[in-house]
Amino acid sequence: MTSALKIVVTVKQVPDPNSTFALEADNTISREKEVVLDPGDECGVEEALQLKEAHGGEVILVSMGPERARDAIRKGLSMGADRGILITDPQLAGADALLTAKALAAAIKPEAPDLVICGTESYDGSTGMVPPMLAELLGMPQLTVAKKVEVDGTNVKVHRQTADGYQVLEAATPALITVTAAIAEPRYASLKGIMAARSKEIKQVGLGDLGIERGESAETIEGVTDAETRKAGVVIEFDGTAIDRIMQVLAEAKVI
Amino acid sequence: MAKVWVYAELNQGALSATALELMVKARELGDVEAIALGAGAKAAADTLGKHGAKVVHVHEDAAFDDYLAEPATDALAALNQQGAPDLILFGFTSDSREVAGRLAARLEVGLISNAGDLVRNDGGFVAKVPYFGGAKVASLKANKKPAIVLIRPKSFEPSEVGGTAEVKELAVTIGDGSKRAHIVERVVEASEKVKLEDAKVVISGGRGMGGPDNFPLLEDLAGALGGAVGASRAVVDAGWVPYSMQVGQTGKSVRPGVYIAVGISGAMQHTVGMKTSKVIIAINKDAEAPIMKMADLGVVGDALKIVPALTAAVKAKKR
Repeated sequence: MTSALKIVVTVKQVPDPNSTFALEADNTISREKEVVLDPGDECGVEEALQLKEAHGGEVILVSMGPERARDAIRKGLSMGADRGILITDPQLAGADALLTAKALAAAIKPEAPDLVICGTESYDGSTGMVPPMLAELLGMPQLTVAKKVEVDGTNVKVHRQTADGYQVLEAATPALITVTAAIAEPRYASLKGIMAARSKEIKQVGLGDLGIERGESAETIEGVTDAETRKAGVVIEFDGTAIDRIMQVLAEAKVI
Repeated sequence: MAKVWVYAELNQGALSATALELMVKARELGDVEAIALGAGAKAAADTLGKHGAKVVHVHEDAAFDDYLAEPATDALAALNQQGAPDLILFGFTSDSREVAGRLAARLEVGLISNAGDLVRNDGGFVAKVPYFGGAKVASLKANKKPAIVLIRPKSFEPSEVGGTAEVKELAVTIGDGSKRAHIVERVVEASEKVKLEDAKVVISGGRGMGGPDNFPLLEDLAGALGGAVGASRAVVDAGWVPYSMQVGQTGKSVRPGVYIAVGISGAMQHTVGMKTSKVIIAINKDAEAPIMKMADLGVVGDALKIVPALTAAVKAKKR
């Protein structure tokens, strides 16, 4: 059975993974860097669009970030999403996972979606803590690390990647899903899509609009130091003796 | 003494290795109570006692094994209501982070994730968290009670201290409202003979392997050394090998006697998961690759020539 799906996809703008990072003197990540829509989120948008194509419905992109995060939303709209919501507020600078989840939940709740799709983890933070918090705040079950999603009426089924294979998870909608990069190959935005995206709505909201106050953060940064680095060893060319050198190291480590 | 809880993750009846790693840190920080949920919880209590838990709260309801995250969140929240600890430790694993995230949101306390270490400081807790891809370490002081901290697997070496835990049955009923994300089937795909996390030798391949067709070269070497094969995120994302082989921040953490990185440049994403290996050997065509700066031995050259030559040498030596 097919019924139209209202799908929210959370999207994040991240430093371009294909360029190198730079740190400012105060240990914040340089803002000069190229930014892109998180490649993992692109896969989330793609999955949402495929579900919409199969079931009908609407795809809404929600992002939290500075003004320029509008570009990340615009990218998803040019792929075919219907509209966007940008949560931006100076008070959100340096927001921790809980504040981020609270802001996203407040923006998503009034939409009453059937599905919320998030990337399993962002490319820059890679901790994946926002989705379970968001599921809790929205009162939804979480179906996570999905490499495959199937929707049948109000039943949603995912294949959840595990250390030794996968689990088949099922729940009734509304539900929150996190997807991996293996879920779907993101489409390129067509010229028509890029043109159409220009006139699609991106609603901008601040913390006040969402009725949220920035409370005390879960943590305070006390300092940042250089990570302990391993001492560099010997670097040799692959020549007649290289294999013997490797064998010697393996023997010293008692693995042969 | 600080009151410290350890969420002792069970995987289908078996106590996770990470739970015992957390015990090492927990008993250093305060009086430890562990929480074990699902099949095998009572049996695990014995082991947790030997590793320093004074009390183990157990609950063997099938819901903990059959439904993702929510039943465990309910149990922890209920126990917290009876008396909040100062600190709750979770492993930074796929299953534990689902529970920790929900709990942190429900209790409105937030959390600190991906910590490599944790110390007491002025009566509070300060977590050491890799930052900026692992090049830096941030010291984060926890502001809330309970502080919820997720610690990376393999951060500590488990050790027994002797002792017997008092086992307490957790009196909480898991309602139908939390039985939602239903695990209806578990499919095992990995056919690896040696588990990546437990292997004494790990040989990992990256983009420098040229393509998935060349990964059998690594399997051959692993076979000769009795080791396991891992991979970088780049080649997992490219679909060359399954996610179960990924080593790194978002994959598995390994700490073998010897780690051989083949055709892996050494992005922080990867090195966070293997840099505590005892010996690191890097094989790469680029002498300037970051992995060369952390390897005990770096060999510059064509991986597709070096790996078979090494396999032959290991086999010859065994004869």
